[in-house]
Amino acid sequence: MSIYSDSFAAAFGLLATADSDLMEILYLSINVSLLSLALSCSIGLPIGAILAIRQFHGRDALVGIFNALMGLPPVVVGLLVYLHLSRSGPFGWLGLLYTPQAMVIAQMILITPIIIALSCQVLEDMHEGYKDFFDSLVVPKLAALVAYIVDARYSLMTVVLAGFGRAVSEVGAVIIVGGNIDHLTRVMTTAIALETSKGELELALALGFVLLSISLAVNFLAQWLKASAKRRAYV
Amino acid sequence: MLKYKIFAIFCTTFLTGNAVAENTILVQSTTSTKNSGLYDHILPLVKQETGVTVYVVAVGTGAAIKNAMNCDGDVLLVHSRKLEDQFVASGYSKKRYDVMYNDFIIVGPNDDPAGIAEMNDAVAALKKIAVTESRFTSRGDDSGTHGKERSLWKRTGVNQDASSGSWYLETGSGMGATLNTAVGTEAYTLSDRSSWEVHANKSDFKVMVEGDKRLFNPYGVMLIDPVRCPSVNSNGGKAFIDWLISKNGQQAIARFKVAGKQMFFPNAQ
Repeated sequence: MSIYSDSFAAAFGLLATADSDLMEILYLSINVSLLSLALSCSIGLPIGAILAIRQFHGRDALVGIFNALMGLPPVVVGLLVYLHLSRSGPFGWLGLLYTPQAMVIAQMILITPIIIALSCQVLEDMHEGYKDFFDSLVVPKLAALVAYIVDARYSLMTVVLAGFGRAVSEVGAVIIVGGNIDHLTRVMTTAIALETSKGELELALALGFVLLSISLAVNFLAQWLKASAKRRAYV
Repeated sequence: MLKYKIFAIFCTTFLTGNAVAENTILVQSTTSTKNSGLYDHILPLVKQETGVTVYVVAVGTGAAIKNAMNCDGDVLLVHSRKLEDQFVASGYSKKRYDVMYNDFIIVGPNDDPAGIAEMNDAVAALKKIAVTESRFTSRGDDSGTHGKERSLWKRTGVNQDASSGSWYLETGSGMGATLNTAVGTEAYTLSDRSSWEVHANKSDFKVMVEGDKRLFNPYGVMLIDPVRCPSVNSNGGKAFIDWLISKNGQQAIARFKVAGKQMFFPNAQ
């Protein structure tokens, strides 16, 4: 089908000429997604670790809730954040609606449960394997946790990549709280939605290819880091 | 170290780039005006002549009015006379100003299963669509266009809602998405003139019905009441509205063309 080749050529053209509008949108997309990912990881990884190695009352229920929250619909998150940040909402005085910050908040809510649930599962598996061994050596819990994290670093990297993938690809939340405002809150996914609504299907698909190539680049980078780390480990 | 860096990035992003900077306003508006490219044409002029930077959120008229009622914006520019008058009457704005108008049209596939090509009676055309049970896509989203469409159906006496899901298809989406659906399913639809003209995915679709007085499509602009919404930048908003209805603004609107055709006709008093 020629739509693929045309769109692919258009995507390549946009990237090759470093189209200034595209660069602005791309920059904001990556910025917002990375920032929300960093914040989500700084909240989610410790919570995931605690849930993995601590047994307490209600722990299983919490894990179940976080697992369920991985399926949070982006539009619902967008709506909730809109209602809170709206001028008539409880945090309206912050003036954050229709800003990149609002988009970061919405994406954090979306991806933090993913980071928690997946990292908890990874570390729990480690804990089950090593628990008796470490207990027999009287290894402190914290030291054991550090060992788990080091040992499971590649699995945890996949967890982080899953979070990034969700952040960079969702449109439902950011279009509501960001408003898709040109030169202010337009990101790749909202630009694709806009071009589709204008019937510019070829350009929309071209932007899709650009977004996909960013995702690919990030994942290849992660693969390469892993491979080179492994090489060094065996020298 | 990295942690501090992230924290620093976080702080700078959070503390700068606030949308409510001085001389910046947010306009709640419709997809038809935005997608046509009108704002790209006039906003640089607004900036140049008044110093006001205008940001536009483009949603359906119903959603734009609801956002404005939540004080999320400074100016409202939409096209549903009835809802606009209600907005003013309920005290959300002091006054509505006429800005410009164009018209609605009914578009459809070239084979024209309902046989309505070149009619200029919109109500009779809709009746024929209903009688032949030809597919028709509706916005279904409380937008200005949706309101107009419903008022036309009301005049036909047809209960189109009863056929929702069979030949009457409510997309619940913007004009562009609805046009895409219409093209994809060979359905008729009601569109504002500018959305149709700029829509790229037309396939073999043509304008079927136009020129009915009832297809008049006026746009109005209102400053959101700063007493009701203290966050409103009333100086910036007033400057924008004054410019729109000034001679310069009205001429700029008239000069805006798509494929050589004038899209909006100024009519400020």
